[in-house]
Amino acid sequence: MSEVLNVPTMAEMMAQGKQPEVLFWVGCAGSFDDRAKKITKAFVRILNRANVEFAVLGTEESCTGDPAKRAGNEFLFQMQAMMNIEVLNAYEAKKIVTACPHCFNTLKNEYPELGGTYEVVHHTEFLKQLLDSGRLTIEGGQFKGKRITFHDPCYLGRANNVYEAPRDLIQKLDAELVEMKRSRANGLCCGAGGAQMFKEPETGNKDINVERTEDALETKPEIIAAGCPFCNTMMTDGVKAKEQEANVKVMDVAELIANAQDL
Amino acid sequence: MYIDNILFAIILVAGIGFFAKNVKKLKRNINLGHDVNRTDNPSARWKNMAMIALGQSKMVKRPIAGLLHIIVYAGFIIINIEVLEIIIDGLFGTHRVFSFLGGFYGFLIGSFEILAVLVLVAVIIFWIRRNIIRLKRFASSDLKGAPKRDADTILYFEMVLMSLFLVMNAFDLHFQDMNSGNIISRYLTPSPDTFSLEAVIIIERVAWWLHITGILVFLNYLYYSKHLHILLAFPNTYFADLNPKGQFDNLESVTKEVKLMMDPNADLFAAQPVDENAVPSKFGASDVQDLNWVQLLNAYTCTECGRCTSSCPANQTGKKLSPRKIMMDTRDRMEEVGRNIDANKGVFVPDNKSLLNDYITAEELWACTSCNACVEECPVNISPLSIIMDMRRYLVMEQSAAPQSLNAMMTNIENNGAPWQYNQQDRLNWKNE
Repeated sequence: MSEVLNVPTMAEMMAQGKQPEVLFWVGCAGSFDDRAKKITKAFVRILNRANVEFAVLGTEESCTGDPAKRAGNEFLFQMQAMMNIEVLNAYEAKKIVTACPHCFNTLKNEYPELGGTYEVVHHTEFLKQLLDSGRLTIEGGQFKGKRITFHDPCYLGRANNVYEAPRDLIQKLDAELVEMKRSRANGLCCGAGGAQMFKEPETGNKDINVERTEDALETKPEIIAAGCPFCNTMMTDGVKAKEQEANVKVMDVAELIANAQDL
Repeated sequence: MYIDNILFAIILVAGIGFFAKNVKKLKRNINLGHDVNRTDNPSARWKNMAMIALGQSKMVKRPIAGLLHIIVYAGFIIINIEVLEIIIDGLFGTHRVFSFLGGFYGFLIGSFEILAVLVLVAVIIFWIRRNIIRLKRFASSDLKGAPKRDADTILYFEMVLMSLFLVMNAFDLHFQDMNSGNIISRYLTPSPDTFSLEAVIIIERVAWWLHITGILVFLNYLYYSKHLHILLAFPNTYFADLNPKGQFDNLESVTKEVKLMMDPNADLFAAQPVDENAVPSKFGASDVQDLNWVQLLNAYTCTECGRCTSSCPANQTGKKLSPRKIMMDTRDRMEEVGRNIDANKGVFVPDNKSLLNDYITAEELWACTSCNACVEECPVNISPLSIIMDMRRYLVMEQSAAPQSLNAMMTNIENNGAPWQYNQQDRLNWKNE
């Protein structure tokens, strides 16, 4: 698989004396998790197609500190934050886009007080902006008429009130957007937040991701759309637990758009 | 007649005085928490209070409970206008002093009577939801014992007060003779065949006295009850966090230390200036004194409706965490600390207990996904999540007591800048895969 992705780094940009339009914060999942890497690449293909001048930090990027903070380790969080802020400020970053709602929330809300103030957008918001400004056109393609349900990531929805951008994008695909009984502000967590992704759940009678996947399956979807690499993992596992992987796919909104354009 | 008025004045002063004394205690207990600035952006704060507390905007998210609650809430506020008349009558020996308003008086009392019936019906439905239908959030183990009795007591109080109001009107022959505003009570008024005139007068007086003393007793019951929310919902919504829900506070004490660590010019071995009075800072919260005053106000404001718990993903999947219990435990511990202070001449004497472990266990705290569903659900903007986070901070930073797998995750972040064991130098490998 040697496709050519144009992924400049901030260091390369700087060497050329250029400042990108937007810095793409890939995040740990987007960099290392096999499933999430596909989302990263889908998003990059869209950026390349829309001729967006972006750059990544590459090896200079480090964990935002979100899971450490939610676990209660404020020291580690602030260490990470301040190191990242030094790097971001050195590159004079202005606008940051990320496909991870946890990075999004931390960069947007928790970095300013520590000296890092940027315009931070989630990739669904950024794609919506590209669409609205005419830089990106979306056609339904293979998703025309398909039943798609969107799972609201807590750190995008409730935490930051972004509910419409991902839905607008799905509707642009001429897909049939179906809502779960609990959605938007009432959406149920996938079970990964608050550093739960990195530990076993406490004793209970059910896994949260299964509970949430049942919400999604009730809508009889062909695709469960997500906007978060961790939700993606949790819902994918949930679909497997319900033995529905042959019928229902879990895809990121960026993948839907990239696939619709055959990117 | 003077004896009546003097007795009334004594009851009134005693009732209000005792309540004022408890309000002082309430303030003292809330101020056990450390300071946090919640005075910025007053216009947004007033708006929150107007919409959420006064306007009940979050209550109607659950329409049945919301509508019934609005009836009880509006009924109680409006009917209490009548209390003003009762107080004047009681103090000066007048009878229905506002009746000179004529038709308008009839309109007022008529509305009160209709509301009283509506409140009575709503409260009975509330009682049925708790005791017969036994909705899950009212039947859960959080509410076993005293909280359950408290909830029922409040409902009985309201039933009795509304009934007394109607009986008082029905047996008031002077009022019935006016035949204006007795929309409901006219049907309850006694026939001369069954009650003697003396009996009617006595019943009216008894109902009148019980009604006003009942209101004063209820006022004083508030402090010992979850029902404090009728007052505290207002300051609570005013002082609630205005930031996006995902934004957790950055601990300032940590910022100072981290900045020092990262400053290449800092001499880490130099003696730091010593402040004689400084209390050594503790990271996170293990007891109520480590929380901030808004979190403690939250605890007093909580009316244990359980919407938070019923929307909590951990609770729904059988974990021990219940956001409502977090708030109830915080209040119980705060009261315990308050009693300790009262018993020890104004000074807290360590009792070898703490909010952590004795009330809230680590297992509950680690079950939270920080999803903010509880915060979103709370009809009065309480944040159980902020308390959970502060207690996790204590577990991790003071006790190094995180679950093993989380320690591994944090070690990875420290060593290689990612929660998993991948080399930071491989961060861009995806590009060529």
